[in-house]
Amino acid sequence: MEQILFYCFAFILLFSATMVITVRNPVRAALFLVLAFFTSAAIWLFLGAEFLAITLVLVYVGAVMVLFLFVVMMLDINLTPLQEGFTTYLPLGILVAGLITVEMITVLGAAHFGLEVVAAPSAHGADYSNTKELGRLLYTVYVYPFEIASVILTVAIVAAITLTLRKGKRKTQDPSEQVKVRAKDRVRIVKMKSVKKSQDGEASS
Amino acid sequence: MIALSDYLILGALLFSLSVAGIFINRKNIIILLMCIELMLLAVNLNFLAFSHFTADPAGQIFVFFILTVAAAEAAIGLAILVVLFRNINTINVAKLNKLKG
Repeated sequence: MEQILFYCFAFILLFSATMVITVRNPVRAALFLVLAFFTSAAIWLFLGAEFLAITLVLVYVGAVMVLFLFVVMMLDINLTPLQEGFTTYLPLGILVAGLITVEMITVLGAAHFGLEVVAAPSAHGADYSNTKELGRLLYTVYVYPFEIASVILTVAIVAAITLTLRKGKRKTQDPSEQVKVRAKDRVRIVKMKSVKKSQDGEASS
Repeated sequence: MIALSDYLILGALLFSLSVAGIFINRKNIIILLMCIELMLLAVNLNFLAFSHFTADPAGQIFVFFILTVAAAEAAIGLAILVVLFRNINTINVAKLNKLKG
């Protein structure tokens, strides 16, 4: 049962990956990439990585792919020149991909990593929590890389915003100008004579 | 039971599919970014498979950090893409010759 499900998910994953690299429309490619991420989240569940599977769905499908779709739809792309060379490079691409596959399967195949060589691990008990285990490791052994990861994310926010911010079209503040300002730059006191009310009741200025 | 080699071969197939994608879509920078995401997915699958079969959760920690870095990379890559499109009005890789390198 588990094996049938695994092969179903593996087939869907490879199919959607093939569609990502072959469809002409980038929006469709992004949607097939969403399918690929979703299916591999299911495969990650087989591997007992529940927290990371949910993280993959939340972070990738929920944020990164939406960002991709947003950018693809925002840019008005002329697709015709982008398709040039598709058939020219297809044989080379298939050749290189086939070679990589053959090499990796030779090394990683059942002869070296089969069930007889690497036995399946025993299942965890019902009280085992993958999230708890991961959190315990992250906040003890790997706390320093964890902090660096947060710094990387902050740098990414700053970099993405500064890259895309348009110059000139926005309201800006110059702190040195703000500090240098004096009261006479802001308030102008005008001395004027007081005028009596005129006959018809309106104040003349 | 699913063997470790099944997961590794699946990861290898996914990786070589994305390599082929980089070869055949070399003009479209958006598809190139998507292929890089697929590659990272294949690598993560290998990390998780080894982590499961050796009962060592350190592999999952690695996948956690790869996800973090990949999200940052996607955000910055797409920001660069938007700036590029504003400047030269195309995302064709063949037109990226401003630096005359």
